[in-house]
Amino acid sequence: MPDTPNEVTITINGVSHEVTGGQMLIAAAESVGDFIPRFCYHSKLDPVGKCRMCLVEVEGPRGKALVPSCTLPVADGMVVDTESAVVKKAQEGVLEFLLINHPLDCPICDKGGECPLQDQTMTWGPGESRFIEQKRTFPKPIHVSDIVLLDRERCVLCDRCVRVADDIAGDPLLTFIDRGNHVQIQTFPDEPFKSYFSGNTVQVCPVGALTSVDYRFKARPWDLTHTTSVSLVDTVHSTADVQASRGKIIRVYGVENDAINDGWLSDKDRFIFSAINSDERVTIPKVRDGDGFRDASWGEALDIAAEKLGAYRGDEVASVGGANNTNEEAFVLGKFMRWVVGSNHVDAQIGDGIDPRLAAAVEPRATISDLDTAGTILVWGPDVKETLPVLYLRIRKAVRNGANLVVASPAGTGLDGIATSVVRYRAGSGSDVLRKLAAGDGDYVSAREVLGAGPVVALVGRSSLAEDPALVEAVMAFARTLPEAKLMTLLTRSNVYGALDMGLAPSLLPGRASTSDEDLRDALEDAWGVLPDHPGKSTPEVFGSLKNGDMKALLLVGSDPVRDCPAPSAARAALEGADFVLAFDAFITDSSAYADVILPAAVWGEVDGTVTNLEGRVQRVRPSTAPPGQARPLNAVLDDLAHRMGVELVAAKVADVSSEISEVAPAYRGVTIDYLTFEGGDEGTLVPLEGVNQPLRATPADVSVRVITDRMTLHLARSLYDQGTWNSHAETIRDLSRTATARIHPRDASVLAVSDGDVVAIGESYQLPVVVDPEVAVGSVVVPFNQPETIGLTAAASVSVDPVRAGENRGDT
Amino acid sequence: MNNVESISNVPWITLNGGAAYAAIGPERSSGTKMLSMSGHIKNPGNYEIVMGMTWAELIYEVGGGIRDDRKLKTWIPGGASAPWFVPSKHIDTLVDFDDVAANGSMIGAGAVVVMDDTTNVVAAARSIVRFFAHESCGQCTPCREGTSWLEDILTRILDGHGRSSDLELLWDVSDNISPGLGWPPAMTTICPLGPSATAPVASILRYFRDEVEAMIPSAEVARA
Repeated sequence: MPDTPNEVTITINGVSHEVTGGQMLIAAAESVGDFIPRFCYHSKLDPVGKCRMCLVEVEGPRGKALVPSCTLPVADGMVVDTESAVVKKAQEGVLEFLLINHPLDCPICDKGGECPLQDQTMTWGPGESRFIEQKRTFPKPIHVSDIVLLDRERCVLCDRCVRVADDIAGDPLLTFIDRGNHVQIQTFPDEPFKSYFSGNTVQVCPVGALTSVDYRFKARPWDLTHTTSVSLVDTVHSTADVQASRGKIIRVYGVENDAINDGWLSDKDRFIFSAINSDERVTIPKVRDGDGFRDASWGEALDIAAEKLGAYRGDEVASVGGANNTNEEAFVLGKFMRWVVGSNHVDAQIGDGIDPRLAAAVEPRATISDLDTAGTILVWGPDVKETLPVLYLRIRKAVRNGANLVVASPAGTGLDGIATSVVRYRAGSGSDVLRKLAAGDGDYVSAREVLGAGPVVALVGRSSLAEDPALVEAVMAFARTLPEAKLMTLLTRSNVYGALDMGLAPSLLPGRASTSDEDLRDALEDAWGVLPDHPGKSTPEVFGSLKNGDMKALLLVGSDPVRDCPAPSAARAALEGADFVLAFDAFITDSSAYADVILPAAVWGEVDGTVTNLEGRVQRVRPSTAPPGQARPLNAVLDDLAHRMGVELVAAKVADVSSEISEVAPAYRGVTIDYLTFEGGDEGTLVPLEGVNQPLRATPADVSVRVITDRMTLHLARSLYDQGTWNSHAETIRDLSRTATARIHPRDASVLAVSDGDVVAIGESYQLPVVVDPEVAVGSVVVPFNQPETIGLTAAASVSVDPVRAGENRGDT
Repeated sequence: MNNVESISNVPWITLNGGAAYAAIGPERSSGTKMLSMSGHIKNPGNYEIVMGMTWAELIYEVGGGIRDDRKLKTWIPGGASAPWFVPSKHIDTLVDFDDVAANGSMIGAGAVVVMDDTTNVVAAARSIVRFFAHESCGQCTPCREGTSWLEDILTRILDGHGRSSDLELLWDVSDNISPGLGWPPAMTTICPLGPSATAPVASILRYFRDEVEAMIPSAEVARA
C-alpha cells in the first residue's frame, strides 16, 4: 500500500504506478503518461461512457473484461491492459463504427488538422473502410443559435455539447432526439441555443460538427499562430489562446486554468475580437478641424498636446479611464499625470465603481478557487451571469458540489434558480434590508441561518449603476463578520483592478499604497521626483470641475463616459466645458468625438504586458497581431509626449516599465514580466507574492446608508451584450442584445394599470415596453443599461414611471 | 414483481408452499416454466412445462411437431437475443437453464421460435437484426452504428448484391459489438441490446454458412 492515504497503486501494461485515488482510470492513466483515446470523455464534464473509445481490459474476479476507462474509478491493486490485442480490436472497431457514417469531408472541414477523430483514426484506427452501404445524410449545417452551426453528418454523438449546455452553463437547450441510427443533436422547437456560453460547445466538439459563424472556412489549423493571453472583456481575466492567421486574430479558445476559468469562456470573451479587426478603428492621429477632425502626423498631434498640457497648472488637468489598458500602460499614465503633469486627478473608474481602497486591498480577500471550498457563497452585487459570466460558471460549479448560495438583489438574477435563499429588496432600500438580515429579522431568518455555514465567500458589488456605492462597504462590513469569511469585490470593467493597483485612483499610489502613506510617498518621490499634494478628484468630481471651469483639460483614456457612466449628461457637459480634451482611443466614440486631439490606441491583442484580475492575480497579455495603421500602445505614446514636455519617462519598452513597477509598487515587488513568464506560467500569480507585505489593508467600516424615495426606485443593470465600444463594433455579437424593457412587479403594474407590452415613460425622454415580472421587488423598475433604447439614461436613485396610452402624446397635456 | 410468469406462480405457491414448488423439476431449474412456442410447429401457443425434457420432446410432443411434417431446420431456444440451436447438435439436449447455457444460448424470455426447412435463414436473421437496430437507443457507438450496419449487409445479400467478403465482415462487425461472440456475451456496448443483435448473425454463420454463401452471386464468388 502506498504511504499517502489518497494514493492507490495500479498496474498499467505491467508497470506499477501510484496515482491519486477516486479519479477515473482514463485520467489516472493520462497522469502517468498513458493516453487512452476518447471522444465523449472530457476532464471538466461528468463521464457518460457513450463513445466506447476508451475501452481497456481490467482484471476482475472472472478474468479480464473490457470496461470503459472513463467511468471506472481507480482502486488499489487494479490491473489494466490498454494495449492488448482485445483492446486494440475494440478501439479499431469503435473507430470504424464512428467512421462508417461520417462524411469524411476533412478537406473542407474546419476541424481538419486539429480533429480528435482524424488524429485517433491515424493512431488507433483501421486503415481502410469496409463500409460500402449508403451513408446516413442530413441537410448540411443548421443554425442552433445565432453563433453556432451544427453539421449532424459529422457528429459522433459524444454528448459533450449537451453536457456543457446542461451541466456547465445551466442552459439545457440542446438535446438528443430520435433513437438508434437516427439519433441527432437538436434544439427544442422555437428555442434556439441562446446561451452566453455557446462557444464552449464548439471548442469541446471532438469533430467538426459544431462550428462558429465567424470562423467557418477562414483558416486551417496549421496556419494559425497561437498566443497564450487573457480575455479582457471583464475582470475575471479568463486565460485564452488567441489564434491569428495572416496577421489577423480569427479565433479565441479558452485555456484550462483551474485557478480562473477551467477552460471555459463566455461568448463575449470568445467573440469580442472581431471589434479589433473593425474598419472603424482610428489608425491615424486626428486633430480637431471645425466640427470634425483632420488626419495629422504623430509629431504634429503630440506637439499640440504637449503645448496645451504644458500650459495648465497640474491640478487643472485630469485623466479619466485606463481600465482597458495593461498594468504597464496604467502605471505610465499614473506616472505621467502625477509627475509630468503634476495632477492627482486620476481615476480609472468612471463613477460606476466602488471605493478604490476596498477594490484594491480588501481584507481578507477571496480567490476564485476559494469558491470551490466555500460552505456558503453570498452574492450581493451585479447579476454575475450578465457581468462576470465565467465567475457565474464557477459559482454554479460550487453549488453543484454542495455549497449554499444566498443572492440579494432588487430583481431576479441568473443565479436565483440555484440559490438556497434569495433576498429580494426594493432598489435603494438595501441598507434597511442589510440591517434586518444581519439581525435575522422576520423574512430573513432562513437567509441568515444559511449564512452561518462557513467558510463564507462574499462577492459584493453595486447591484446596479443606480446603487449607492456606500452600500457595498456596508455589506462587506457585515460579510466580514460571517464564519471564516473572505471577500471579493465585483468590479466588472476589464483591467480596472490592475489600473487601481497601478494607482489610477485619486487616493491610491502604485502598488496598493495610499496617497496618505508618507513613507511610500517619500519612496516614490525618491524614484520619480516631487509629487503633487492636492487632494485628487474622482471622475464625477472631475466632471463637475470641468463644467464649472475649475479644471481645464482632460485626458480621456479608452473610456466613453457619455455612453458608459451613471451620469451621461454630466459627462457630456464636462466634455463641452473642457478647454482641451486629449483622447487615447481605438474608436471615435460619443465621448472621444469631443476631443481636440485623438491619438490612435493599440489595444488588447496588440499590446504586451500584464493585467490583474478581481482576485488580484497577475497574468501576461501578449500581442497576437500588430496594431492597425499608426496605432501605438499608451506607454510609448506617453513616453513621447513626456519627452516633448521636457521629461524622460523611460517608458517606451514594456519590460522597463514592468521592472519599475516591481521596484516601486509595494504589492508588486518581484512581479516582473520575466517572473510571470518563467515562474507564473499560464496560471499567473497572486499579488502580493508570499513574503511581500501588502501595504494597504483595506477593511470596510460599518457604514450605514439609507435612500428614501417616493417615486419608483431605479435598478439600472448591465447586461452581457450592450452598446459599449467593443461590443458594438464586434460583428459576431453586436446584434445579440435583447430588446430593452421596463420590468415591474405585478402589484406596480396593477397600480399603473399596465400589462405586458404596454409602453411606459421612464423619466422625461425614454419609453419602454413593460414586462410584468414577479421577481422584481415592489416599487422598483428594472431597466437595462446602455442598450439601444436606453443610451444616455441617467442612473438616478428614482424615476417617474407613467403609462403612455395609445394616441396619447406625452407633453401635449 | 411485475412479470406475468412470476405472478402466475404465486397462487400455486401460496396454496402449496415454496418447498413443494421447488420439488418440481430438475434441481437447478425447479418449478414450472412458461414457454411461448411459435413458428413452424403444429401447435403454437403458451405452455407451462416442467423443465428437464429434451428439445425433441418439447418440439415434437408438446408442440405437436413441424407443420406439414416438414423437417426441423433450426430454432431459437429463448427469444430474439438467444443464439440459435440446430437439430444436429441440440435436439437431444435438455430444456433447462444449465444445459442451454452450456450449449451457448439461453432460455431467456422463454420464446421458442421454430423454423422448418423452408426458412431463408438470412431473411430470418435480418428480421431479428432489424428489430434490434430499430430498438437501439443510439447512445453508444457499437450498437448505434453496428446493428444497422449488420442490417444493411444482410439486406444487401438478400437483394442479391452480396460479396464473398461479407461473411467475414458480418462476423467481424458482430465481433466488434460482442468480442469473441461467446456465451455469456462480452460487450463493447453499454447494455446487452447490441450483443443481442449479433446472436442471429453468428448463428447463421456457424450453422448455415453454405446457405449464406449460396446467396452471394457466383461472379462475386469467382472474383474472390
